[in-house]
Amino acid sequence: MDGTLIIFWAFAGLAVVSALSCITRRSPVASALWLVVTLFSLAALFVLLDAQFIAVLQVLVYAGAIMVLFLFVIMLLNLGRPGPTDLKGPVGLGVGVLLAGLLLVQLLALRQAAPGLALAPGAVARAAAEQGMVPAVARPLFGAYLVPFEITSILLLAAIVGAVVLAKRKL
Amino acid sequence: MPAPPLSLLWVVPALPLVGFVVNGTLALTRPTAKRAVSIVGVGTLVLAFVAAALAVAELARQHPAAPLVFRYWEWIPAGDLQVAFALQLDQLAAVMILVVTGVGALIHVFSVGYMHEDPGYARYFAYLNLFVFFMLILVLGANFPVMFVGWEGVGLCSYLLIGFWFNEQINADAGKKAFIVNRIGDFGFLVAMFLIFTRFGTLDFETVFAKAPAALMPGGAVVTAITLFLFLGCTGKSAQIPLYIWLPDAMQGPTPVSALIHAATMVTAGVYLVARCGVLFALSPLGSAVVAGIGALTALFAATIALKQWDIKRVLAYSTVSQLGYMFVGVGTGAYAAGMFHLVTHAFFKALLFLGSGSVIHAVHHAYHATHTHEDAQDMRNMGGLARYMPWTAALMWIATLAIAGIPPFAGFFSKDEILGAAFAESAVRPLWYAFWAMGLAAALLTAFYMTRLMLYTFHGPNRTGEREREHLHEAPPIMTGPLVVLGVLTVLGGALNVPELFGGNAFLEHWLEPVTSLAHRLQPAVEVAHATEWALVAGAVLVAALGIVGAFRLLKPEALVPARLAPPETGLARLLWKKWYVDELYDAVIVRPVMWLSREVLWKIVDARLVDGLLVNGTAAASRALGWLGSRLQTGEVGVYVVLFVIGVLAVVGAVVR
Amino acid sequence: MLLGPSLAVSAVLFALGVAGVLLRRNAIVIFMCVELMLNAVNLTFVALAQQLGVAGQIFVFFVMAVAAAEAGVGLAIILAIYRHRHTVNLQNINLLKG
Repeated sequence: MDGTLIIFWAFAGLAVVSALSCITRRSPVASALWLVVTLFSLAALFVLLDAQFIAVLQVLVYAGAIMVLFLFVIMLLNLGRPGPTDLKGPVGLGVGVLLAGLLLVQLLALRQAAPGLALAPGAVARAAAEQGMVPAVARPLFGAYLVPFEITSILLLAAIVGAVVLAKRKL
Repeated sequence: MPAPPLSLLWVVPALPLVGFVVNGTLALTRPTAKRAVSIVGVGTLVLAFVAAALAVAELARQHPAAPLVFRYWEWIPAGDLQVAFALQLDQLAAVMILVVTGVGALIHVFSVGYMHEDPGYARYFAYLNLFVFFMLILVLGANFPVMFVGWEGVGLCSYLLIGFWFNEQINADAGKKAFIVNRIGDFGFLVAMFLIFTRFGTLDFETVFAKAPAALMPGGAVVTAITLFLFLGCTGKSAQIPLYIWLPDAMQGPTPVSALIHAATMVTAGVYLVARCGVLFALSPLGSAVVAGIGALTALFAATIALKQWDIKRVLAYSTVSQLGYMFVGVGTGAYAAGMFHLVTHAFFKALLFLGSGSVIHAVHHAYHATHTHEDAQDMRNMGGLARYMPWTAALMWIATLAIAGIPPFAGFFSKDEILGAAFAESAVRPLWYAFWAMGLAAALLTAFYMTRLMLYTFHGPNRTGEREREHLHEAPPIMTGPLVVLGVLTVLGGALNVPELFGGNAFLEHWLEPVTSLAHRLQPAVEVAHATEWALVAGAVLVAALGIVGAFRLLKPEALVPARLAPPETGLARLLWKKWYVDELYDAVIVRPVMWLSREVLWKIVDARLVDGLLVNGTAAASRALGWLGSRLQTGEVGVYVVLFVIGVLAVVGAVVR
Repeated sequence: MLLGPSLAVSAVLFALGVAGVLLRRNAIVIFMCVELMLNAVNLTFVALAQQLGVAGQIFVFFVMAVAAAEAGVGLAIILAIYRHRHTVNLQNINLLKG
């Protein structure tokens, strides 16, 4: 148990630090890369939380596809070099930090506000042990949540069409 | 033929109303249809008189102890306030409707001749009919609001008729003055109504007067307040001090209007009101003292002014104010029958005097018109010796003069004498009444004097109208002298209405009005005097009247008069009286000018222009604009700002959940 | 057992994402901070899924799918804007101003 906790806090700390770095770098490329580090740390956390399938998906899809896309666009627009800081002026800085701080406080308070949940601790772990990790997720996905699944595919189709149309040089 | 039921009482006021509608329509569509207008105008009045007579006859047959009330519909059903449109007929109202319709009919006939050449002929009759309608509503009303409708309505018609020839500024101003001054009185009436409603919870005469002795403390603050405010209304409508100032100016209207409205009927509404509310006044010694006191003072005051007026109608106007004062002395002393008696007799002889003066003015005006001169046809200095040319008018007006002076056996003698007698009797209990009696007596002397003066300057002595005009002077046509004759007869015989027991009469009116006045008399019993005292008073009154007449004959010299345009201005005391004791000027300086200043400088420039327009109207617009501007500042077009607002919104939502 | 700390970390990451959106002017960086926020939420879901059942993980699945779609379209939009305005600085993208 102790070990799990130490690993958890290690990766959690890494995630927070890299997120902080992400939002403060001058170069968009650097921000992107720090975000990738954050994603990887989160993947590790997912593993610790009995979501191994999701962890892999995180790495493959999020870090592997989405962030790559980001980097493509950054390169395409030639924004890679570190330019002058694009952080807002002192007023904007103050407002931003204040609001984010308030939000943080509220969200932390929200943890206590959770109403009585029907807890089923360890259900996922047991399901994974029985069926394997992937079927544990896949069976409900193709069972109870089939309709959202199919709709998501249409959503992706729409996104593709939209992206193609928007990025054309000449409409 | 069986008598029609009294529930058809509404027919009496309805007839002149129909006349108004028809004549009004004719005035707007075919104003030249004079024949139709005359027939409708006069016809409805005659029919109304017949209907009134039938109603009164039926009432006499039934001889009820309480008024007969007819509720026609629920006018104001508003929670605690339940006011019905109801008419009532009792002995007091009976007297009034006969006077209004009877004298009214005669004056309508006279008007046919008098107004014949006027282009506004149809409009005139429409207004006159409307006036009679409202006056009948006033006297037949069974509760204060219905009476007030009539009260206001006659004020409106008075305004319309005074300013009948509104193309002249002076006529329009006179109409306005009458209406505005009346409004001040109406305010008093309204406040009194509010007080009555708060105390009694109802405004019906029957209920109020029945409950009054129990609900009101005699001499208490409430009843005194009610009576004083009611009397304020009376001073406005019946031209007493301090609100009499509109009546002389009202002479700008056509003379038959002066006869009907400002002599016989509308101005008597105040007297009727006091008589109607006798119970309330009997419960308030202060209230009735104020009524009698103001009446006496006005009687004397107006008489002094009449002494030095040159316009024939002005003399009669101030005479009316003075005689109304007498009536108020009567009803203020609790001698309701005496006051009403004088009201009736005054209606006869004052209408006769006004109509007679109308004939005179008509003739002199005609003469000036024929010779294309522009002199004042109403100034007595332009008259003189008219008895030669208008014998009938002169004779009839002499009858009226003797009546108003109080010479027996004419009508005015009995009525005036009764009032003075009642005042003298009351002085045994309330010494203040000595002063009222004395003022009344002095006023009687002056009345005899100035009326004789009027007759002397108008009908006797040398003629001052002018050489060429003289040949155009002639008697009025029969349609105008006819009503004069009728009124003359009534003036002679009218005294028979209430001959006191002293002279062996049966005091008919006194007994007739008993069902109405009995409660008031129980609360405030009349004082009896010894027969010897009564005879002494009668003798004194006749002596005073004779003194006045003889004095006028002796002291006044019609030969010394010159036509108005050559006359020198008055000086000294004469000037003071001629200028009406400068009361109008005083009111102008003390009231009118400050109010105008206040209206212009404060209410208009500050309250209306700056506060209402500036602050409220423009200010609201400016505030709206400012708010809008503030809102527009949010629309920066910058995504960064929008995101900040977004996050603030999220904070709010999450904050709500966390709480 | 890991639930509490996980939620705390998730809250911190979310707040950092919001801070990034508020503080930066580069459109692409802001977009990346939005992705950061999404990931924080994913962490919440997964942590709760450990206690409440597999539905949480399935939701994460869908979130990822939608995030991918959104990233594609959003970056296409940024590209289109860049072509017209030659900037991704949010302060300069202000046609609505005034």
